[in-house]
Amino acid sequence: MNNEKNSGKVLLGILTVICAGLITLSIIFPEGTDPVSYTVRFLVSPLQKSMNSFGSYLSGFSGNLQSSAGLREENKELQEKVDTLTAENSKLVLDKEELERLQILLDLKNEYSDYDTVGANVISKDSGNWYSKFTIDKGSDDGIKVDSNVMAGAGLVGIVTKVGPNWATVRSIIDDDSNVSAMVSTTSDTCIIAGNLQLIDQGTLSLVKLMDDNDHVHVGDKVVTSNISEKYLPGILIGYISELNNDANNLTKSGQLTPVVDFRHLQEVLVTRTLKNYVPSTDDAERDKEERSKAEKESQGESEGISEAAEGGESADGGQGGQ
Amino acid sequence: MKRRISLTVLCIVTALMQTVWPVSLTIASIRPNLVVILTASFSLMCGRKTGMLMGFWTGLLLDIFSGGTIGFYALIYAWTGFLMGYSYRIFYDDDIKTPLLLIAGSDLLYGLYQYIGTFLLRGRIHFFFYLRRIIIPEMIFTVILGVFVYQLNFWINKKTTRTYF
Repeated sequence: MNNEKNSGKVLLGILTVICAGLITLSIIFPEGTDPVSYTVRFLVSPLQKSMNSFGSYLSGFSGNLQSSAGLREENKELQEKVDTLTAENSKLVLDKEELERLQILLDLKNEYSDYDTVGANVISKDSGNWYSKFTIDKGSDDGIKVDSNVMAGAGLVGIVTKVGPNWATVRSIIDDDSNVSAMVSTTSDTCIIAGNLQLIDQGTLSLVKLMDDNDHVHVGDKVVTSNISEKYLPGILIGYISELNNDANNLTKSGQLTPVVDFRHLQEVLVTRTLKNYVPSTDDAERDKEERSKAEKESQGESEGISEAAEGGESADGGQGGQ
Repeated sequence: MKRRISLTVLCIVTALMQTVWPVSLTIASIRPNLVVILTASFSLMCGRKTGMLMGFWTGLLLDIFSGGTIGFYALIYAWTGFLMGYSYRIFYDDDIKTPLLLIAGSDLLYGLYQYIGTFLLRGRIHFFFYLRRIIIPEMIFTVILGVFVYQLNFWINKKTTRTYF
């Protein structure tokens, strides 16, 4: 009897020491535990994908129970919406062409062009109710890297934190850990969009540190990812301001933001394959520019004709990547 | 041997189900905690060591799937298995009331651990909000689900245990 009791405690002690060791290792070497984690998830990812499709097949049944009258009504509304959107779209296409012409004039190439994206499905969600991370079924084999941005429709969903060959973990912007550097699209005032578990019920995110001295920002304004964000590509729509108040320090404002993406029913997402190349300071940018122009001059001096044009094109692309 | 295999498979299936729980079966965005049900039921039915090991392995698998700090979930579920295992010699496992109590207690413990370990240390001090909105609903949902899952665990345990001596 005593023997049994003691051996239970001994085992607990051993397991506790193992767990404490693993936790410490994970904190000190965040990449050290990756080999095991990655191999297991590589094996398990197809299994999770099939289980997930079974789950969505089941939920599809409840969708079928919607009445046909309701569907017809919805169809009519959607058709009207499509008509108005088509009209808007043709006008926007004209605006876009004019914008491109003006950008070329000002030599501002490829500021907000369409990013190279790949579609993926959500196959599993982080196992608890406290966080909002999920796994998708595409990985490095499809060109996805750590810090790739993830979007759904036209809105920002989150960012890739870990990548395997056929899976990737995404931390969504409503996660308590997440902070996105953003700006109000009308005035370009910067702010920070932080996820907060307490606001998840209201379906909003918290908006903090908005510098807006002249009170040009109003409720309902669009908020997009800012140019100065380290990891997020610029210009991706995050949501609309739903509440705005002055802070106690009278310098900044804070409030709440309603995201455009419906995080409850996330199934397909788009992942960018291009990463933001963050230039930390203007000194570095100047130095990069000097080096680039030196390299261009050398390449022009050496070759001629087609090869010169090819190399000129390559160094120009390298220049864009540096921004 | 058969027992070891079936228990291992049960661990893996529970960990997988925990990550792939369909959104349509969530109530107010709360999903149940299947690992707590597993650990508490096996602690009651088979004692501290089995419960502890089941919790440890399932928690470790969850850690690997979630990609956070490894050992985080393994630790809490091992301790849950150990503490709930004290009920092994005190209560019968036929009646459903004891396992439900144990499941509720384990889930509360898990919720407190998750809150203190990851939220409190980051300055989110509105404990009662998290208690009301996450810990208690998860506890209720898990207990309700435990009514059914416990029967399954009980059956598996009975099938794989030799009743002759």
